[in-house]
Amino acid sequence: MPDLIAKPALGTMPLNLGQIVLTEAPMLETHSIQPYPGQEKAVSKALKEIGLAFPKPNTWLEKAGLRIVWTGREQAFLLGGVPPAGMPAAVTDQSDGWVTLTLEGPGARDVLARLVPLDLRHVKKGDAARSGLGHMPLILITEAPDSFRLMTFRSMARTAWHEIHDAMTKVEARRAAS
Amino acid sequence: MRIDGKGRIDRTRPVTFTFDGKAYPAYRGDTLASALIANDVRLVGRSFKYHRPRGILTAGSEEPNALVEIVGPANVTPNTRATVQEVFEGLVARSQNRWPSLGLDLMAVNDLAAPFFSAGFYYKTFMWPRRFWEGLYEPMIRRAAGLGRLSGRHDEGVYEKAWAHCDLLVIGSGPAGLMAALAAGRAGADVILADEGAEPGGRLLSDGDAPAWLGEVLAELESLPNVRVMTRTTVTGAYDDGTFGALERVGLHRRPRPNLPRECFWRIVARRSILAAGALERPIAFQNNDRPGIMMAGALSAYLNRYGVVPGKAITLFANNDGARQTARGLMAAGLTVSAIIDSREDAPDEPGTTVHKGAVVIDAKGRHGLTEITVRKGAGEFRIATDCLGLSGGWNPSVHLTCHLNGRPRWSDDLAAFVPSEGAVPGMVAAGAANGSFSTHGCLAAGLAAAAQSLAALGMTVPEVALPAAEDAPYRLSPLWAVPGRKRAWLDFANDVTVKDVALSAQEGYRSVEHMKRYTTQGMAPDQGKNSNVAALAVLADATGRGIAETGTTTFRPPYTPVSIAAMGAGGRAEGFAPQRFLTSDQASRDRGAPMIEAGLWYRPGYFPKPGETTWRQACDREVVMVRSSVGVTDVSTLGKIDIQGKDAGRFLDLVYTNTFSTLPVGRARYGLMLREDGHVLDDGTTARLAEDHWLMTTTTAAAGLVMRHLDFVQQAFCAGWDVRFISVTEAWAQFAVAGPVARDLIASALGHTPGLPFMGCMDVTIQGVAGRLFRISFSGEEGYEIAVPTRFGEALFRDLTARAETMGGGLYGMEALNVLRIEKGFITHAEIHGRTTAFDIGMDKMISPKKDCIGKAAAARPGMTGPEREQLVGLKPLTDSALTAGAHLFAQGADLTRENSSGYVTSVGYSPTLGSFLALGFLRNGRARQGETIRLVDRLRGVDVLCLVTDPVFHDPTGEKLRA
Repeated sequence: MPDLIAKPALGTMPLNLGQIVLTEAPMLETHSIQPYPGQEKAVSKALKEIGLAFPKPNTWLEKAGLRIVWTGREQAFLLGGVPPAGMPAAVTDQSDGWVTLTLEGPGARDVLARLVPLDLRHVKKGDAARSGLGHMPLILITEAPDSFRLMTFRSMARTAWHEIHDAMTKVEARRAAS
Repeated sequence: MRIDGKGRIDRTRPVTFTFDGKAYPAYRGDTLASALIANDVRLVGRSFKYHRPRGILTAGSEEPNALVEIVGPANVTPNTRATVQEVFEGLVARSQNRWPSLGLDLMAVNDLAAPFFSAGFYYKTFMWPRRFWEGLYEPMIRRAAGLGRLSGRHDEGVYEKAWAHCDLLVIGSGPAGLMAALAAGRAGADVILADEGAEPGGRLLSDGDAPAWLGEVLAELESLPNVRVMTRTTVTGAYDDGTFGALERVGLHRRPRPNLPRECFWRIVARRSILAAGALERPIAFQNNDRPGIMMAGALSAYLNRYGVVPGKAITLFANNDGARQTARGLMAAGLTVSAIIDSREDAPDEPGTTVHKGAVVIDAKGRHGLTEITVRKGAGEFRIATDCLGLSGGWNPSVHLTCHLNGRPRWSDDLAAFVPSEGAVPGMVAAGAANGSFSTHGCLAAGLAAAAQSLAALGMTVPEVALPAAEDAPYRLSPLWAVPGRKRAWLDFANDVTVKDVALSAQEGYRSVEHMKRYTTQGMAPDQGKNSNVAALAVLADATGRGIAETGTTTFRPPYTPVSIAAMGAGGRAEGFAPQRFLTSDQASRDRGAPMIEAGLWYRPGYFPKPGETTWRQACDREVVMVRSSVGVTDVSTLGKIDIQGKDAGRFLDLVYTNTFSTLPVGRARYGLMLREDGHVLDDGTTARLAEDHWLMTTTTAAAGLVMRHLDFVQQAFCAGWDVRFISVTEAWAQFAVAGPVARDLIASALGHTPGLPFMGCMDVTIQGVAGRLFRISFSGEEGYEIAVPTRFGEALFRDLTARAETMGGGLYGMEALNVLRIEKGFITHAEIHGRTTAFDIGMDKMISPKKDCIGKAAAARPGMTGPEREQLVGLKPLTDSALTAGAHLFAQGADLTRENSSGYVTSVGYSPTLGSFLALGFLRNGRARQGETIRLVDRLRGVDVLCLVTDPVFHDPTGEKLRA
């Protein structure tokens, strides 16, 4: 029997507008990690095995291609691999639940200012935030002050793409008019 | 008339615009108002109520008269202030509220009938006969009164919303704002300097030739990376926690460009703010003070110095203060004639170059379409002066508006005869300069610097060295004068046509409170929100009621400071932009088959799958129902909420949130559960499966998925934070398909390659075509049913695979319509039934509230009135004759009058059942369970349905559930 074919959320080509690029990132193996009450330290200890720790609120850590991102109260996502077994934490596979878009280039923050209510004036590599992208849920991962990964619900991928594209268009139109 | 050598317009860039169909020349940098003045157009609008001819009164955003329609290729924007709208090549403007034309407005007959149109006229006159109000009086009044018209089309222009954050927001870029921004900028604070004008500078641009230092300061601000100057941006509201609303005119001042927003609505979050919004000059009321050609003295200066235009050849001024002298000097220096200054103060100083009539007042004005003459009274004598332009100055009102947006009240200053901001009215905000009652340029500069120092200290920053430029420091001397007594009408509120007499009448008729006066006369309720009239109106009221102004108080200033278009606030929200769209992995496959989509909880789900020859949705729906009952159907159920729950205390947690017991459920089994709100009403229902000892998967309804997640979060955080339980949504991670029908098992076996030995309500891990998935044996159709889940990326492939297999077995896809009929036949509930006002008792599930344990909502569900025969209870309804039923219909006992009080229930769900050959309905009937077998009358007056129905058990099909368990 033939295997089922996997499909990405969008399967879209990158979008360049001015100096800003919007891309659908390849799917990454993603697991949520929620330490049970009082177990954050024990979970950090277990994560040491892969060179990581449970991240502090609004941050992410990275080691050897594995990244752990704070995603909410007592919750983190491990991106790019499988968490160590036997941690005192609830673990779920979230790989298929999210679409990840990257937004890069000078002016990326101007685009986000149209959709995300956060203060991004002083963002830096290692910052993470749970917020909203318009009316959609958002995990915002900062890789550099003008380079972001945006995760939102996979079913909303088309709306997310459309709204970011729309914001990029307006930012570019303002630049061209100035 | 244009004055050579004056103004900041770009004379190298001439443009042409049209007003009421006539083309005029102007320059880039002109506003529509200045361009009209340059072309000697004096009559620009008609008043709201009396259709009086009106001209331009001000040079700012407070303009009450010069409201026009701007006609764009895709938009017609009414009520645009000509004083704010900048001209550009091809701008098309139209006057409004006139018929047939601005010069000849037949509605001006209202002006002759003025004695009948005083305040309160409508309330008194159009009382009887009562039924005439809606059909005759109101439409008539609405036609006669009013401002611009809406185009009646969607506004498809581009608008934008955005966020900005800063340490310090400086509102207004006059001398105070500039100094504040400069100091804070040098200190290294992130500063946003917002100004409504096209260029920063405020009064420095209007009062005279801009000082040389202005350019240097602006250049330095431009060079500082931490300072953001936002021009054409009006801060319109102050809200909680340092949040401000602001409207930016992004593209309104230029020819439309693709994708360039017309306006942007900003939400600015600032740690501190400085209000340096300046002050507004106030008119003086006298007979016919609304003639075109009468305008504010400060506006005359602004038109001369910013735009190089003057609206007359023989100019007169009428003032109660020294400020207007600066206007006179400026005009004379530009070579213009100032015929006379009428100064109400006996001790007013002389003015070289012109005549000053001291202790004199203007008592009347002539010239219906343009001022020709004023009448002056001095002592007992009266004389006339020929003039085509009169500048008014009744003093200045600080722009305190934003300080009142969080319910602060301004303070009356007897010295200034004006309201000034109360300190600390908006947390973190300092008022400075003219906005705080400091009117000299030097005073503004110093106040701006002091405000910056105060704000920087609060931010923990040090104040840098800033040298104050030299500037005039003339004292502000005035003697209050609000209204000159007269027999005829003297205008206070130009925009809403409210006169001195109207305010006095209000007091006379008992509306003595300022808030009552406002409502009775409509003073301050026009688009200018009383900026030009508030203080004078309440001074007149104070006089009429024998109180002081401080005692009389002021009405409340609320956001927005200036009008904000709804299109900007709702930017991006039109049509599909209203909410995110959620698409299933099967979306394209369903659309390929012609399925129309139904929106459910943001998801788009197929309604039905039409086949060739089917002309109505009912034919498709009936076929799909029969298909599921006789062979097999496949449908996408990924939209159901899926919550992964883990931990040693997960079972205990489920026992708390569900009415029934889950902790005893064996691994590999699922159970139907009912969830209550804390108030005892039903919140949601669904099945929860035990995947492993400490691992559960909860299913919620599509619409309530978010609600249930929030509820679980609340319960966990509020009642059992220490328990070993964690949960997270996995809705999006899994694509899940229902397979239902007598041959469902064969289809599953074919897809898996083996027959799953799964009992009813069982669940197991499976591998389907190389992919790890989950299989549940649950049914929402009443047939043998399975739901198979795979990671979302494989959803489309599995959907197409299952569809193909079903079709080879005589089955196929079914949509929401058939799904609904199938569940109605089985008496299964949805949120049509558990709509938030029904209890477990009402839906016949009170036995599911376990007596052995507590659960959320249990105590409340046991309160008196939550159970019993007086409750409306879930029943089935079947028409006695072959008739259609409608949801929303009401139920009446036979013979009862069809009145609201006699309604004994209502219908929640209906569908045509091809299985039973009849329409079926679910509904709620008072004491319904005891009334099965009774005949009841179902009435839907909206759709003309009146049918006798048999009251039955809600389960119409296979009541013993043999098929489910087969």
